[in-house]
Amino acid sequence: MQFFGVPFTVFGDESLQYLNTILGKRAFIVTDKNITKLGLADLVITELKKANIECKIFDGVEPDPSIETVVKAAGIAKDFKPDWVIGLGGGSSMDTAKSALVCYVAGIGPLDMSPSEFYNLRSKAKLMCIPTTSGTGSEATWAIVLTDVAGQRKVSLGSYETMPDVAILDPLMVMSMPPQITGDTGIDALCHAIEGYTATWRTKFTDGPGLAAIRLVFQNLKKAYDNGKDEDARKEMMYAAHQAGSCFSNGMPGLGHSTGHALGGIFHTPHGRAVGLFLPYTMEYLINGSEEAVGLFAEIARFCKIGAGDDKKCALALVDAVRKLAKSVGQPLSVKETGIKREDYMKSMPDLLDRSVNEMMTSTVTRVPESEDLEKMFTYAYDGKSVDF
Amino acid sequence: MAVFGTIEWVTAFMEAINASKAYEDAAKTWEGDFYFITEVGGAVKEQGYQYVDLWHGKCRKVDVVTEATKDKYKPEFVLQASIATWRKVAEKKVDPIQAIVTRQLKLTGNMGKVMRAVKAAQELVNCVTQVKTEYPE
Repeated sequence: MQFFGVPFTVFGDESLQYLNTILGKRAFIVTDKNITKLGLADLVITELKKANIECKIFDGVEPDPSIETVVKAAGIAKDFKPDWVIGLGGGSSMDTAKSALVCYVAGIGPLDMSPSEFYNLRSKAKLMCIPTTSGTGSEATWAIVLTDVAGQRKVSLGSYETMPDVAILDPLMVMSMPPQITGDTGIDALCHAIEGYTATWRTKFTDGPGLAAIRLVFQNLKKAYDNGKDEDARKEMMYAAHQAGSCFSNGMPGLGHSTGHALGGIFHTPHGRAVGLFLPYTMEYLINGSEEAVGLFAEIARFCKIGAGDDKKCALALVDAVRKLAKSVGQPLSVKETGIKREDYMKSMPDLLDRSVNEMMTSTVTRVPESEDLEKMFTYAYDGKSVDF
Repeated sequence: MAVFGTIEWVTAFMEAINASKAYEDAAKTWEGDFYFITEVGGAVKEQGYQYVDLWHGKCRKVDVVTEATKDKYKPEFVLQASIATWRKVAEKKVDPIQAIVTRQLKLTGNMGKVMRAVKAAQELVNCVTQVKTEYPE
């Protein structure tokens, strides 16, 4: 038995107008202060009011949202009793909205959520997500990433019930993204799609969105980064991120995510930057020991018209293209370039290893590394050395 | 050869765990006990409860109880599945985490704690594969 889940997706210009057609009484909007300051929350509220829906905003979401933030949001939701919970923002806001919905309806703590429990979340509220970045793809996934602040650790949670009912992709919401966030989040989308396409949980249903997303990122990320007013590039990147979300949510991310999460949990490197940094190293690791991965990377390369020759040449050309794209959108190609001091990094190695070994994504790849190989990969990535083992 | 779900089987499982250096290393900080429940269906006529107490990389205790005596333990985690699903997990035909996500394997307990111990869970499955098992037909 396998599943493939996606939300009902509204996309294109003026998609926010869909909000004035929905049925409901109270909408609880989960977002961050920057989104309210930019006026994006007001755009959402204006449309909801046309549908006579009362709105309440929680804009206390921080980057890498904590368990405490979710508990706070859920507490407000319990008092407000919404029939819609809306995540508005990047992955942090959308993931907080998903968790808050579970806590509000099921009356449990965020960490008590189990994918095998049925919470009947829709008995009280539906879930909608409206992204304001093009990378996380959280609006197309059931996945939730929270931060255990005390333990300096990212915690991956979720259930098929945390797949949003509705995702709204209105390009207007991403037009104000600054170049750095465009680069960070765009590389995250690329990582989702490449890892989802090559994961051991991949299915025939993840192939299509994965390939489409990768090609869209190669065609549009640099354009969106160089010129944020390029509406077509912004739109295509928004669609790419969404399709990449469908791919990895149903197929699982891989080593770039498990190593990137470990780095982000300890050094607070932004999510997209961290996972994107490790992506080419982990691809090389897979190429060096997994024929299956070589074949899959070659398929991607040929679909995107990257490289030529046999599978190995195409796979390595894809790695090279990933590095070139990342560099062109302001991404660090080594841990050293992020500004993390070597002594701090090496001192944290046991924690980096403990976190990455214990991430589910470490085991959903076609060559599963033990601690020794992970340590070498972390070390190579610090210096920017290509993985040769 | 031990029949899955019997005290002989769970005792062999405990021996396999306690002989595994890989499990010991991966689970050195783990504290938590389980019920592994086998649901009624096919050759399984009564729901079976295998109790396994895991502590700091070792298995401290195992037991088998029945529906009537299940209150003997109050484990922190419960994993429940059909005999067919347990067999698929034991034979590594399905990833246990994927089985949980697709609700073939039902987990009750702190998922966050389990998700911080993925390597230990994988080594536990490796220990299961060390037990020569006969499944009720």
